[in-house]
Amino acid sequence: MNLIENLNKIFDSRIRLGIMSALVVNAQLNFNELKELLNITDGNLASHLKTLEDSSFVKVQKGFIGRKSNTTYSITKAGEKAFKTHLTALEKMIGTMK
Amino acid sequence: MNEQQQSLQDLQQIKQMMERSSRFISLSGLSGVAAGVCALVGAWFANNVILDNGGPSGYRAVMPKTFETESFMDFFGHKLFQIAVCTFFAALLLSFLFTYFRSKKNNIPMWGYSSKRLLINVAVPMVAGGIYLYRQMQFGNFGLIAPGCLIFYGLALVNASKYTLGEIRYLGYCQILLGIINCWYVGYGVYFWAAGFGLLHIIYGMVMWFRYEKNNEQS
Repeated sequence: MNLIENLNKIFDSRIRLGIMSALVVNAQLNFNELKELLNITDGNLASHLKTLEDSSFVKVQKGFIGRKSNTTYSITKAGEKAFKTHLTALEKMIGTMK
Repeated sequence: MNEQQQSLQDLQQIKQMMERSSRFISLSGLSGVAAGVCALVGAWFANNVILDNGGPSGYRAVMPKTFETESFMDFFGHKLFQIAVCTFFAALLLSFLFTYFRSKKNNIPMWGYSSKRLLINVAVPMVAGGIYLYRQMQFGNFGLIAPGCLIFYGLALVNASKYTLGEIRYLGYCQILLGIINCWYVGYGVYFWAAGFGLLHIIYGMVMWFRYEKNNEQS
């Protein structure tokens, strides 16, 4: 079962998978945008983002809009590669169905 | 088997998230139909006013030649202007409602950054066009107002197509084309308006509704 090894453990979580999917097609998204897309709580999102950040799949830019803090997230090269590998693995899994 | 189904669901989830995060996909086809119907009703009323005043050349005589402050107030009190305002708000309200219902049904928040981005990209050509046409009116070029509206609205739609369902681009192209043709048929603006804002919207709305909403509203 070589296929399962290619499935990245980090993407086991649907939420982390969702964050990555959104960041692949958007150059950057801020915390609130991600929260709205995924429809989850602040704490929940923050912890999943931390996991992705720790595995250096996502990078964080802290900034300000006026006086309000604005933290934006974008995908790293490593993250993009890992996501693509994961996608290919998923496709192969489905391919074995036939 | 279980893992395979899991993978399939994961892929569907990824696809949905990519779509949801990059485009405003709640725009309902019924909104287009509703706006089109409003436009046709508005055009019918406007046409009656124009005919009562002796046709396209006659009604121009009713309008102020240039815009001084007094004639400016006449203009806002003018029947055609009132019809236009009523049509605009009726169309806006109805199309808002249908899109609101759809986004409720699909559980996608209506006022998000994707709708914000869509709105900004529609607004830029529309506001620029509006200011330009306002100046045209001040110089008394009423004949070029209707084609101008169609052209700028078409440009706004083409611009918007990157941020919502892509097919709206073709509606935009048709509006631009109609507006350009209208430039050579000055005086028949109300018919071109009815075709562009009325018929094209209805056709577009029906196509979109059959394609995306009729069957798979559940997904």
